[in-house]
Amino acid sequence: MRVALFVTCVTDTLYPGTGRATVALLERLGVEVDFPAEQSCCGQPQFNTGYRREAEPLVRRHAEAFRGYDHVVTPSGSCAAMVRENHPRIAARSEDAALERAVAEVAPRTYELSEFLVDVLGVTDVGAHYPHTVTYHPTCHGLRTLGLGDRPRRLLERVRGLELVELPGAAECCGFGGTFAVKNAAVSAAMGADKARDIEGTGAEAVCAVDNSCLMHIGGILARRGSTVRPVHLAEILAATDSTHNADGPGHDGRRTR
Amino acid sequence: MSGRTHLGMPAFPEAATSATRDARLRRNLRHATGTIRAKRAEAVAELPDWAELRAAGAAIKDRTLRHLDHYLEQLEEAVTAAGGTVHWAADAAEANRIVTELVRATGETEVVKVKSMATQEIGLNAALEKAGIRAYETDLAELIVQLGDDLPSHILVPAIHRNREEIRDVFRGRMSRWGRPAPEGLTDDPAELAEAARLHLREKFLRAKVGVSGANFMVAETGTLVVVESEGNGRMCLTLPETLISVVGIEKVVPTWRDLEVFLQLLPRSSTAERMNPYTSMWTGTTDSETADGPRDFHLVLLDNGRTDALADTVGRQALRCIRCSACLNVCPVYERAGGHAYGSAYPGPIGAILTPQLRGTTTELDASLPYASSLCGACYEVCPVAIDIPQVLVYLRERVAEGGEVTVRGQRTTIRPARGHAAERAAMRAARWALDHPGALRAGQRLAARTRRLHPRRLPGPGRAWTASRDLPAVPAESFRDWWRRTRDDRAEGDRR
Amino acid sequence: MSSRETVLGRVRRALADVPRTEGPDDVPVPRRYEHTHMPTEGPGATGAPVDLLAENLIDYRAVVHRADADGLPTLLCRLLAERGSTEVLVPPGLPPWWLAAADPVRIHDRAASTPDELDTVDSVVTGCAVAIAETGTIVLDGSPDQGRRRITLIPDHHVCVVRVPGQVVASVPEALERLDPSRPLTWISGPSATSDIELSRVEGVHGPRTLEVVLLTE
Repeated sequence: MRVALFVTCVTDTLYPGTGRATVALLERLGVEVDFPAEQSCCGQPQFNTGYRREAEPLVRRHAEAFRGYDHVVTPSGSCAAMVRENHPRIAARSEDAALERAVAEVAPRTYELSEFLVDVLGVTDVGAHYPHTVTYHPTCHGLRTLGLGDRPRRLLERVRGLELVELPGAAECCGFGGTFAVKNAAVSAAMGADKARDIEGTGAEAVCAVDNSCLMHIGGILARRGSTVRPVHLAEILAATDSTHNADGPGHDGRRTR
Repeated sequence: MSGRTHLGMPAFPEAATSATRDARLRRNLRHATGTIRAKRAEAVAELPDWAELRAAGAAIKDRTLRHLDHYLEQLEEAVTAAGGTVHWAADAAEANRIVTELVRATGETEVVKVKSMATQEIGLNAALEKAGIRAYETDLAELIVQLGDDLPSHILVPAIHRNREEIRDVFRGRMSRWGRPAPEGLTDDPAELAEAARLHLREKFLRAKVGVSGANFMVAETGTLVVVESEGNGRMCLTLPETLISVVGIEKVVPTWRDLEVFLQLLPRSSTAERMNPYTSMWTGTTDSETADGPRDFHLVLLDNGRTDALADTVGRQALRCIRCSACLNVCPVYERAGGHAYGSAYPGPIGAILTPQLRGTTTELDASLPYASSLCGACYEVCPVAIDIPQVLVYLRERVAEGGEVTVRGQRTTIRPARGHAAERAAMRAARWALDHPGALRAGQRLAARTRRLHPRRLPGPGRAWTASRDLPAVPAESFRDWWRRTRDDRAEGDRR
Repeated sequence: MSSRETVLGRVRRALADVPRTEGPDDVPVPRRYEHTHMPTEGPGATGAPVDLLAENLIDYRAVVHRADADGLPTLLCRLLAERGSTEVLVPPGLPPWWLAAADPVRIHDRAASTPDELDTVDSVVTGCAVAIAETGTIVLDGSPDQGRRRITLIPDHHVCVVRVPGQVVASVPEALERLDPSRPLTWISGPSATSDIELSRVEGVHGPRTLEVVLLTE
């Protein structure tokens, strides 16, 4: 089985710890992971802001970089949704039959991490140990576009030492929304503040999600509020074992705000 | 007294920013939308075949839209055969002119109105006012809006931005200017407020000679119009006057009588979260004078006003499936914070964000900002009873704003330029795309950011300030993932190969 | 060019993507939804549609009574007396025996009745065309035992007699099959209500604030 990691530009640049955790987790489960160096961004910021033509070269690059793998795994619900839902749409409008074919190869083989673990590998107990109280925020594209359902929760429930607490209004958007966060900053911040309040209200030490972009927004708001709740990506929890977690809290390196 | 209009309103982000600072508005909206969300979910969960009903609803609307000319002609024939008169209005001005002339022909100077989105859209009340005809809104929420010289902010509940205390104050302060004053000692008890509206409006219903309505559905094969309501004000307006004028968007037609079985299950549960709304009226033309039941004269005004422009767009067309249930407003986190007025049209919320820019075009700053009034969270699509993929259409319309392209305006194909004010953004998007399409450049940028990470400011200037005003920035790590991989893995891989 | 031609012309140009050979019926409409939601057998079966009708009517604040032919006149007499009604509106074809025991003055729905006159009448008694169990809805179609639409609208008290089980259907699809679209139809689900204040349901605005439904065993 040839598996490629699509790390995403946000995780690559800002949260490499999530990428390393994803690699460690998959290798621990016996998956041989490759990282195609020609990969870049899925084009979501361009496409979702209305610049389809700027997104098209990135779609082409993506389809070429991941050609020939059995599965493509990404620690992002949002980027997986972009590839699966929108790459075919962009390809269809490109009037480039070769691109359409290339996208049709890659898009359906692309999995968000929890989907890959549960659906492809068939595991829910990944042997993780994470002795902290965690609340789970299902990000919108994972929840509604990919239909991840309870997959991430099933994985979290099997983590030793982890106490999962319910997040009220969990299904409501955190307010990130890509360029929405700056184009409609006031509404975005108001949504984020409500989400942060709900998260703090759970008493959890950490808030977990499958998308670093949403966690960047949530974490930025929590930090500005002086909150002690730490944002943490699902991959980092699932990668943690007795020997990896450290004493000073649930976060990993790089998971700090300024 | 004709009420305010949406003319000259600021772009969405500006209006929404002030709304987020209005604590009372936030509280009112949160309470109201929160109440209805849970109820809708319960009402929908009662039907195990909801997904199948939804698919059928979408398909019936698609069938209608793909053959709209056929169904409109069939409808016209059926309505005419049943004694009604059909008028066609290409735009708002023409529809207003037709209605004004019809009212004038009766010699009356006042009309009673059933809540109707189409007449809100065309600004009928203001047009009638200019002609010396007073239009009385009779839906409770529309009455609150009209008395308060306010604007509607929700499709189903136009006064959703008002709480009970505010409504009491509007009734106490304003009812006397329009007719019977509010009862002495009126409290903010919802039942008392409803009673006050009953007393205030009854005299108007009983003397009205002309009623004006919209319609939820028009059945092409039978010529039947359907109005779905709760209070009975609709029944009053539809049955007591001698003349009834219904202004209805051309997309409201459904092919067959049987098709109603789908929509009469989808609509009440999606809008007011009821198994069935209290009152539904269905009428077909007029009845003969011997046993006359209802108006002797019935006029149907079929309204285009930009709908055919939306129809011409194969992606945007699906917005015309909308049955105005307002479920998308009630679940929208952006609507909840921004309020309905920020959308600057009769159609607020997610559906407004895709409908208004198609009906009116994207030439004003406000209309061009609407497709961006969403975090693309998808909650609207999930609850839409006719499966309008609102996020998809939003992104599609963003492209129209950002890149321009071929559109239809008032029936004419034309190429529009990118909206103004997007030049800097376009340059940034292009630069980002270039960097992302050159992994070497991306890597160099990542390394530069890592080397200078101690120097990054906490708050950014320029456009970045929109982020840092309310959020901390993430710390840039010492090493990007791709550098880590290259350092730790690629050597090993090469070693293996050797 | 007339506006009719303008609008229809725009529609036709807008649909340039639709193949000329495609007819309306070529667009598939999947009707995989249920015809009724009544469980008919097994442990989930809730019994007769009449019971579900009663349950749903009550849920939306209608008052439900049951009677047979012998008991109906006395029941109607009692309902009007309890209300203190001195005048009752009667549609032209209401079976006279229904109100045989009632005292109030009968006001007939004459063509000349003005809305103001109707406004002074306390109650109205009618039959119905069909009743829908799943939604708790009664439908009036203007037949002689129901009268014109406005007589069930202006008085504040509406007593509606439903013949059971004959007039009861399970679902909205079954109701539409029975109804004649050429007649003026009024679907009534409980008394008048509004959700316009804070999106909470409040009963009683313009229509009859009290709806009493008598389930008459045939």
